[in-house]
Amino acid sequence: MTTPALALDSLSQSFGGLQVLTDLSLSVPAGRATALIGPNGAGKTTVFNVVSGVYAPTAGRVLLHGRDITAMPSRRRIRHGLARSFQNVRLMDHLSVVENLIVGQHATTRGLSDLLTPFRLWPEHRWRRQAVDALAEVGLSAHADAAVGALPYGIRKRIDLVRATLAGASLLMLDEPAAGLNPTEMNALRDHLALLRRRGVTLLVVEHDMRFVGEVCDWVVALDFGQKITEGPLAEVQRDERVRAAYLGQAA
Amino acid sequence: MSGYQSGLLVILCFNVIAAYAVYLPLAAGQLNLGVAGFMAVGAYGAAILTNEMGWPLVAAVPAGGLAAGLVALVVAVPILRTQGIYLALATFALGQVIAAIFLNLDIVGGAAGYPVAAYAGPGGVYALTGAVVAAVFLLSRTRFALYLTAIKSDPVVTDLMGIDVRGMQVAALTLGAVIAGLGGGLYGHHFSFVEAQHFNVALSIYTVLYVLLGGVQTVWGPLVGAVFFTVLPEVLRVGGGWRYVLFALLIIGFMALRPQGIVTAGSWRRRSPAPARVPASLPEAAE
Ligand SMILES: Nc1ncnc2c1ncn2[C@@H]1O[C@H](COP(=O)(O)OP(=O)(O)OP(=O)(O)O)[C@@H](O)[C@H]1O
Ligand SMILES: [Mg+2]
Repeated sequence: MTTPALALDSLSQSFGGLQVLTDLSLSVPAGRATALIGPNGAGKTTVFNVVSGVYAPTAGRVLLHGRDITAMPSRRRIRHGLARSFQNVRLMDHLSVVENLIVGQHATTRGLSDLLTPFRLWPEHRWRRQAVDALAEVGLSAHADAAVGALPYGIRKRIDLVRATLAGASLLMLDEPAAGLNPTEMNALRDHLALLRRRGVTLLVVEHDMRFVGEVCDWVVALDFGQKITEGPLAEVQRDERVRAAYLGQAA
Repeated sequence: MSGYQSGLLVILCFNVIAAYAVYLPLAAGQLNLGVAGFMAVGAYGAAILTNEMGWPLVAAVPAGGLAAGLVALVVAVPILRTQGIYLALATFALGQVIAAIFLNLDIVGGAAGYPVAAYAGPGGVYALTGAVVAAVFLLSRTRFALYLTAIKSDPVVTDLMGIDVRGMQVAALTLGAVIAGLGGGLYGHHFSFVEAQHFNVALSIYTVLYVLLGGVQTVWGPLVGAVFFTVLPEVLRVGGGWRYVLFALLIIGFMALRPQGIVTAGSWRRRSPAPARVPASLPEAAE
């Protein structure tokens, strides 16, 4: 078996007395799109936060392409191929769209000379061009110089995703990329994810919209109360009694 | 230029230098309320070097800047563990400690002050100010400056982008201190005298005040703030004894009308046509 892009090994996470993840093991095969589903509060975002290093897990290990990164400082992980987007869209409000993207390129730059090049003296510097090209590729270049706060939610959400792709990451974790998008934006998002998959990027997607999950992902892992309850193709997972019970429990 | 005008211009220059010393860390959201302390380190450091060691001015003033930077570097790591109001208080206390040390240091005259033999004319002051403004402008065109703003917006995301947040913050505070030290070093040599009492709390706080008044969104805000703060009291002289009241009222008025400062990012974004302002129609998802 080839090394998975990401593997969680008996991961546990608690906040104070609250046990959020319990002995969670799962693996994300390279080059595929895997969905992580579960009712509200199941611990999906917490998985992302532990994998990206925002929280250190209480127990267990995180393996990125077979390498143990559990103790690696969060900021180093992107250079090892790990990038993510955010459920609540965390673009930097004090920066324009293109400036946000240039920050997102950081992992592709090298050393003090790149840090201190006054590149904004050149209006067509390659860093800016690359950022604008990345926007153009998904039809968002009209917003390049917009102030982030002035943009509608759906656009900001998609720019958050573009920013996550600019470090050349091999594994992209997307936290509810479709939430709040209108149908047109959903189509654009599907095309964007297809493009990323053609480039060989591995996706781990948290999403509540099951139709979207079925279209984008070929494997589904279901969580409830921080534990894996089942995994498999979407149709199978949706038929699973425990999954139905978990979602019913939420509705009740 | 009359003596009055050149005197005013020199004071403006020192205010501009101090403004940029405060601006750099502030761009990353760090409030340095002890800038006068770093100026004192530069002033005494450079004066000791020319007075006691016979160094030329062109070497002593940069050395004073480096000394201030070194102090900042040593204290930055513990200080930057604190955030928000605590960081402001820590730098405030540091400024007080530094001034108190010089006030009690007999080799530099203690409370009586320290006469400085070597003299720097107005030309030197203008040259240093020009160099500082040019350097900060160039810096504002770099990734470093972009990262400072990113840190102010969202340090967690900036970290996940691979940026060394703590390193950038230390660098901003230290570079600001170097600028303050350079300004302090030249100050002593221009006025031929250094006294610890000059580098007091009011100096630190006024500097922050006019940087905020000018605005920290662009590199020109601090310059405009310093000009405003230096020239306005002179203009208000016609008001006689009431000028300080008028001055305070004007500052409060400006802060109320333009909380982002006089110069905002929008005032400079002219290259591209303004994007259509579509109101955010959809509610934010939970979290
Ligand atoms: N930093 C934290 N401190 C305390 N509790 C937390 C923290 N982060 C998450 N939790 C709790 O952990 C649980 C799981 O939260 P998480 O955000 O991972 O859920 P989720 O599956 O992403 O849910 P949703 O679908 O609503 O986004 C929740 O009960 C939440 O309140
Ligand atoms: Mg979540």
